[in-house]
Amino acid sequence: MVLSRLRRGLARTRNRIAHTLRRLGGDTSAEDTLEALEELLYTADVGPLAAELLAEAEGALNRGRLAGPGELRGWLQERLAGLVAGPNDPAAPLALDGGPPAVLLVVGVNGSGKTTSVAKLTRWLQEQGRRPLVAAADTFRAAAVEQLTIWCERLGVELVRGAAGADPAAVVHDACAAARARGADVLVVDTAGRLHTQKNLMAELAKVARVAGRQVPGAPHETLLVLDATTGQNAVRQARMFGEIVPIDGVLLAKLDGSAKGGAVLAIGRELGTPVKFVGLGEGVEDLEVFDPAAFAAALLDPGGE
Amino acid sequence: MLENLQQSLSKVLDRFRGPGRLSEEHIQAALRDVRRALLEADVHFQVAKDFTRRVGERLLGQERLAGVSGVQQATAAFQTELAALMASDQPALPKNPRHPMVLLLAGLQGVGKTTAAAKLGLWLTRRRNKRVLLAACDLQRPAAVEQLRQLGERLGLDVHAEMPGPGVDPPGVAARALAQARNGRYDVLVVDTAGRLHVDQELMEEIEQVGRAIRPDASYLVLDGMAGQVAVDAGKAFAERLDLYGVILTKMDGDARGGAALSVREVTGVPVRFLGVGEKPEDLEEFDAERLAGRILDLGDLVGLVEKAQEAVDEQAALDDYVRMMSGRLTMEDLLQQFRMLKKMGSMKKILGMMPGMGKMSGLLDSVDDRQFARIEAIVLSMTPKERLHPELLDGSRRLRVARGSGTSVGEVKRLLRSFQDMQKQMKSLGKMMRGGRSKKRLLRQLGQRGGIPNLPGGFPGL
Repeated sequence: MVLSRLRRGLARTRNRIAHTLRRLGGDTSAEDTLEALEELLYTADVGPLAAELLAEAEGALNRGRLAGPGELRGWLQERLAGLVAGPNDPAAPLALDGGPPAVLLVVGVNGSGKTTSVAKLTRWLQEQGRRPLVAAADTFRAAAVEQLTIWCERLGVELVRGAAGADPAAVVHDACAAARARGADVLVVDTAGRLHTQKNLMAELAKVARVAGRQVPGAPHETLLVLDATTGQNAVRQARMFGEIVPIDGVLLAKLDGSAKGGAVLAIGRELGTPVKFVGLGEGVEDLEVFDPAAFAAALLDPGGE
Repeated sequence: MLENLQQSLSKVLDRFRGPGRLSEEHIQAALRDVRRALLEADVHFQVAKDFTRRVGERLLGQERLAGVSGVQQATAAFQTELAALMASDQPALPKNPRHPMVLLLAGLQGVGKTTAAAKLGLWLTRRRNKRVLLAACDLQRPAAVEQLRQLGERLGLDVHAEMPGPGVDPPGVAARALAQARNGRYDVLVVDTAGRLHVDQELMEEIEQVGRAIRPDASYLVLDGMAGQVAVDAGKAFAERLDLYGVILTKMDGDARGGAALSVREVTGVPVRFLGVGEKPEDLEEFDAERLAGRILDLGDLVGLVEKAQEAVDEQAALDDYVRMMSGRLTMEDLLQQFRMLKKMGSMKKILGMMPGMGKMSGLLDSVDDRQFARIEAIVLSMTPKERLHPELLDGSRRLRVARGSGTSVGEVKRLLRSFQDMQKQMKSLGKMMRGGRSKKRLLRQLGQRGGIPNLPGGFPGL
């Protein structure tokens, strides 16, 4: 009962949009449609890109490339799906042929959901028939290692850890050796959350990547940026600045759900060309899916509500 | 912080430069830009819309004032509306709390609740002289209890923590923490609760149960300052269910765009009370709407600057130094002290960022390197006390020793000595200019105007 009240609160804005959109196809004016779409795009955190897309949509409508306002949403959905790429091969989203061990580096800002994502990725790798080993290179956040230890115990995966405050690069160094010794073929490295503006911590991350490369040729073979789907336009800066330190192969969009649409990855896709490889949906360790641009675009334009 | 919004708004305000710029046509065009600037800064859609309308009404309904430029008039309208968007007439902490005062923190996962709890504890200890007990009631996230325990240990704050296990539930832990706070004569109990990925029934019920167990004097919602549109909506869900006193916005350092800061009160009805502005535990600020509005409009944050300065400076000592330096007796020790004081105030970048007009020069801010100061400090520290008082003693071989001792190069030592000489000269001439009958009192007043800091010698921004 209370829950439904909660949901109503959240959905109120969306209902208004939904209402407008439902009328589409009837005799809704182009202006109303564009306005509803504008609200939908901005509330999905699409950001400055929204203005451009809407101008484009209006142009298409005026030049008669669209039969009427009713076609706007479909047109937009297609356009959105084209802005952000998924993995080249959805069956093998990660390029982990190197090594052994192939090194998967997981980076991101504080609170983006890195450690949970590492657990999810580890389980996903197990399902793919890989033998992962996890390195807890987050020696900074109080108790981060404990959190990962609990996850790894649940998954039955070995974890290499350093003391609190230890040099994360040293942890990675040891973990590479341990992976070899124990016959693990993938090393998943959890790093400390850092704001992309903290120069010293970013330099530390560069060192982690460098040390991994010295231990295993070509490492890190994959670097994933974990991005909180509720993040706003700051996401693009995050991706750019992390990318300057370690080349980002893909984004893992965490905490995506009905309300958080993660529209900020569109700007990342367009400005940096970085694909999104996974989406994290829930709190369970199995809640990880390979990213699908078409489904993403459809969800983004789904006004929700009832 | 907020640089993007600052820059785009300052561009909009420039539109009002020149005569006759407050015409309706101009205003409408400017308002379109404002709305876009706000949306790009992650301001909530509806808030951006309403705000733009209100500023428009204010500008259009206004008589053109004589003797006030269009820019000034527009800026004033913006500042009033921006401040009104965020303002509250209540202080950061609730009035008339019980003893011990009980503060509850709630929020979604990953917003920085646990860190905020520790920061708030430290703030209460340092700024309000309170004895604080932290309670670790997040039994959900693996190792959250451990995290708070470690943070408390590092900061010298007491933590009530229980090992998660059967029979240990959040309301129970909270109640026992409150008992400990009472018996141990603590002034404040800060309660960290579990977050969830989404707002759900379970989470709300848990927080409500904790609330019933301890009856908080104030509940704060912790929100991520980098949050986009939906996060603020989630805040609304919390506000509808809990009796929230305020919001703590975290991660406002870095380059948060400020959308959440501008939107949260409008959307949730709950005003921001604190800002987390840095990675250090002491980087928590009381929120001040006027000040933030001023900062967004690049009017600077002189209040913040003065506050920071006052914290760092012992006034009498500063005055004595000031008088001495003005008579030309500047020593390397003075230089060292200046640097240390600056360090106490926070990073150079942060200090400069508070000064009016700096928003347009954010490129310059990026080039300010705090490590440079560390090198200078190392050089001075590698001198003998005598050398510090009489830098002219430093000949070739002494310079080499200092360079080695400080891990720098002879060139760097030379450069420092040269600029030191320049400073000395400048101080002397400045002192001469100012001497004519100035009493200590007047100097003190002048110091106050400068935010308590003696004028920093040549080559440094005139703080």
